[in-house]
Amino acid sequence: MNEAPPIEICDLHKSFGDLEVLRGIDFEIAAGEVVCIIGPSGSGKSTLLRCVNRLEEPTAGTVLVEGEDMTDPYADVDALRSKIGMVFQQFNLFPHLDVLKNLTIAQRKVLKRSEAEAVDVATRMLERVGLSDKIAEYPLRLSGGQQQRVAIARALCMNPDMMLFDEPTSALDPELIGEVLDVMRLLASEGMTMMVVTHEMGFAQHVADRIVFMDEGVIVEQGRPEKVLFDPQHERTRRFLRAVQHD
Amino acid sequence: MSQTALRPTRRRISGSRLTLYAVFVLMVVVFAVFADFGKIQRNFFQLDVARRMLPSVLTIAAKNTIIATLLSFSLGLVLALALAIMKRSTIRPYRWIATGYIELFRGLPALVTIILIAFGLPIAFGWKIPGGTLGKGCIGLGIVAAAYMAETIRAGIEAVPRGQMEAARSLGMSKGTAMTFIVLPQAFRIIIPPLTNELVLLIKDTSLFFVIGTTPASKELTKFGRDFMNANANATPLTVIALVYLVITLPLTYMVRRLERAAGKGTR
Repeated sequence: MNEAPPIEICDLHKSFGDLEVLRGIDFEIAAGEVVCIIGPSGSGKSTLLRCVNRLEEPTAGTVLVEGEDMTDPYADVDALRSKIGMVFQQFNLFPHLDVLKNLTIAQRKVLKRSEAEAVDVATRMLERVGLSDKIAEYPLRLSGGQQQRVAIARALCMNPDMMLFDEPTSALDPELIGEVLDVMRLLASEGMTMMVVTHEMGFAQHVADRIVFMDEGVIVEQGRPEKVLFDPQHERTRRFLRAVQHD
Repeated sequence: MSQTALRPTRRRISGSRLTLYAVFVLMVVVFAVFADFGKIQRNFFQLDVARRMLPSVLTIAAKNTIIATLLSFSLGLVLALALAIMKRSTIRPYRWIATGYIELFRGLPALVTIILIAFGLPIAFGWKIPGGTLGKGCIGLGIVAAAYMAETIRAGIEAVPRGQMEAARSLGMSKGTAMTFIVLPQAFRIIIPPLTNELVLLIKDTSLFFVIGTTPASKELTKFGRDFMNANANATPLTVIALVYLVITLPLTYMVRRLERAAGKGTR
């Protein structure tokens, strides 16, 4: 294991044209820490997450992943990315491949594992998310919750050192949210480093080690869940929490 | 909709339908009265002329047409894929080249391009194109087909949701790997119907090969039919080759319709 923190972000800026979405973010996550990022839509939460594995190109600032500069033009971004699992709001499973292939293709092409090893890893990860019986199914024949659990398993197959979750339950029917959160809770309890953008306040309160509240491209406040949720220091945080609780 | 609202609409439709039927009957009557059936039979349906075309209409002409179509299509597909990817490149000169190519060869008649390639390339570069007239024609037609298919392939690539590329990249795949194994397989599934349409167009366009000259062994269907027509002073060969074309194209167009229906139902 590396001594450097899994993720270290320094003065990160990101603009889309004239729109400044991130306006100077400093952020660090420790190994095994679970951080939930909350905030109103348009506050830059997802953009921050997507800058970590450079799905978005930062305008300025640095992102260090295990001490290596992700923003360096000469960095081996593909290799760094394979250490960072990512789970998307829309699942983004590969619809032309069955579940097993979804889980093995990156192991084969990126990690150059043998077919036998890739299948073995895939089988174990599918078991962890409780979907062993769906191994031969095609993604679009699964429920949203099942698709998202497969997506988590797909990311885990790469043996990532950390996981990014971009609103993983926002596209799900309410009755399917629980099964996905259960898998995430399991990961957290096993010591996975996790950065989670979410609107699930219950999950944030009970699972996160730290909650970060973002608004208008900056981190407004952060701290222990009970502190941020029940004793917020900033008016903007209070206003957001009131709005969420009125949902 | 209520009964009263429905009724007038229906009556109006059946009124216009009646007119359409009347026009149809009129056309049939006019054709039956004015057509000279004896002449038509003598000129277009002479069985002994048709019989003399066998077997070479199939073993030479139809075979050449099919080979030329498949060769042009394969060449066109490979070129088109390269053009589609160039057109999406972040490097500007590549986009210029692709756009220039597509606009140029879509703007020219296929006939002109085929002549240019067949006679122009050997003069300009001293290249000898292999495969005789068939080879020259296929390269010309393939170049034209690529210009049309490139836009189709590009549209197919763009129809695959962005999240697919992002998910692949987030797993550590390079851009090329993600394109090859994740995006393109999905894009091709979307564009199989328009690509099959292009194939049908190519079958018909091989009839342009006559402009670059032919040997007895390299005649495709149309040239073969025309020569036979001239030799016999009879148009029956046209009827025969028309039938052969239909035997090739109709199953393909039928397949396109089925594929389109299947895609319309969609699993997505």
